[in-house]
Amino acid sequence: MKKIRIGCGSGGCAYERMEPALELVMKGDIDYLIFECLAERTIADAQRKKLEDPLKGYNPMLRERMEVFLPLMKTHNFKIVSNMGGANTSQAVTEIVEIAEALGVTGLKIAAVLGDDITSALDQYKSVPLWNQTAAAGSLSDVISANVYLGADGILQALDEGADIVITGRVADPALFVGPILHEFRWHAAEYGKIGQALLTGHLMECCAQLTGGYYADPGYKEVPDLHRLGHPIAEINEAGEVFFTKVKGSGGCVTIDICKEQLLYEIGDPSFYITPDGIADFSKVVFTETEPDVIAAVGALSRGLPETYKVNIGYMNGYMGVGEVSFGGSNALERAELAADIIIKRWDIIGIKQVESRIDYIGFNSLYKTAISEKICTGNSSEIRLRIAVRTITEEDALRLIREVQCLYINGPAGSSGIASNVESILSIENISVPRNDITFIVIVQEV
Amino acid sequence: MKLKEVAHIRTGDKGNNCNICVIPYLEEDYDYIRDHLTAEEVKDFFQELCQGTVTRYDVPSIHAFNFVLTEALGGGVTRSLRVDRHGKSLGMALAELDI
Repeated sequence: MKKIRIGCGSGGCAYERMEPALELVMKGDIDYLIFECLAERTIADAQRKKLEDPLKGYNPMLRERMEVFLPLMKTHNFKIVSNMGGANTSQAVTEIVEIAEALGVTGLKIAAVLGDDITSALDQYKSVPLWNQTAAAGSLSDVISANVYLGADGILQALDEGADIVITGRVADPALFVGPILHEFRWHAAEYGKIGQALLTGHLMECCAQLTGGYYADPGYKEVPDLHRLGHPIAEINEAGEVFFTKVKGSGGCVTIDICKEQLLYEIGDPSFYITPDGIADFSKVVFTETEPDVIAAVGALSRGLPETYKVNIGYMNGYMGVGEVSFGGSNALERAELAADIIIKRWDIIGIKQVESRIDYIGFNSLYKTAISEKICTGNSSEIRLRIAVRTITEEDALRLIREVQCLYINGPAGSSGIASNVESILSIENISVPRNDITFIVIVQEV
Repeated sequence: MKLKEVAHIRTGDKGNNCNICVIPYLEEDYDYIRDHLTAEEVKDFFQELCQGTVTRYDVPSIHAFNFVLTEALGGGVTRSLRVDRHGKSLGMALAELDI
């Protein structure tokens, strides 16, 4: 029975370790290497970079990765699919072509999947309501980006046209895996069981090492061997839709049923109705079994068919955030930190600068869980506390002047005010809307080196 | 008994929502946790942090629960003033809950 092996080289962040992806190529016997590099806000950040420099806006590790992997693609017989295009897929492909030429690599087809960027078309959706808000899209000011979460169709078309490398911008993360699976097995949209297994594969793989022991270890409770050299995950899927999750033998980490269960439910709402552009997934009947150590079989996923809309990420500038921090030590640390906070609040009254929102945390006491939970689970007083004061403002100047008050605590604050640090930055926020599926078209452009 | 003695937990975020999956180490503990860890208790536990609702989704095929907390991240990762904008630490607090 035909089967393919898909490795994941990175998951959801702009930056990732390099050598586990190389390990997949050298020892993982993989047919596809996927680099998933976009988190919720990354695409909007990338759009901002592109506005500053039209040659930027794609993944900052693109060159480093391509210099390592391009020369290995023919000898090790694998293809690359990645959303490293970010906000500038065309420029990313141009860069890859230049790198291939500089390295003397030839005989590769490189595809760009375009169409996710609908910033210039956003006007037509002014009256569309924002998700979880009463306001509509037209209420947002300083919009800098609007990107559709495309599905696997463009990747499928690129692979069908013979692409060895497929670069996309914003696509739904699982689509990076679903594309190659559909290309290899030609499953029809109505084969709900098989499409469901493809969606499951994408969903479990997209966060990379979170399937091999990352984000899992808890000493004394959940042990993971060799986290410093975690192997990255491999999905082996066959034409019957059976899928097995594993990693390179001898690499760090582990693949277990318990980890697969955690990742199955990671960042989803209703497990029986998880919406992706390639199908609404029903994961509520999935079952995992261990076939051998570090090999987990998964069955039972279903697709409920395609959703009628696409999700769109709108990025917009949303004022400024200032943060100031100051540390206190000794048995009376919390009391002096509270005194410092009281001083800051009174100073803000005196200087009379408006804020949209502010927040006071005592790191070492309640910065993660606020007070009720912290007092419930606290095992004793900390000998040091770091006061953290955060504000959101309309203007940068207001944030700077509010946070400057923290800087003044060295001289004017409680005894032992120490280690002051502050930062002010602009806020790039995200809102979502849904747009009709039929409104969106993608374009595939293939170049050859 | 603390929840962490009988179950393991992973926390994720989407927008301003937080999801916390609770998975008993032993499948036979599934019924006990279903009966003793309700959405209301989780909402009550996170009352200072979760301004929205808590829904529990039961997944018997893998003997697991998915708690979805809405309006739980101080505006979401892109604007929250919290140290932990993703809320990734929230599940570890729930692990300390006595059940």
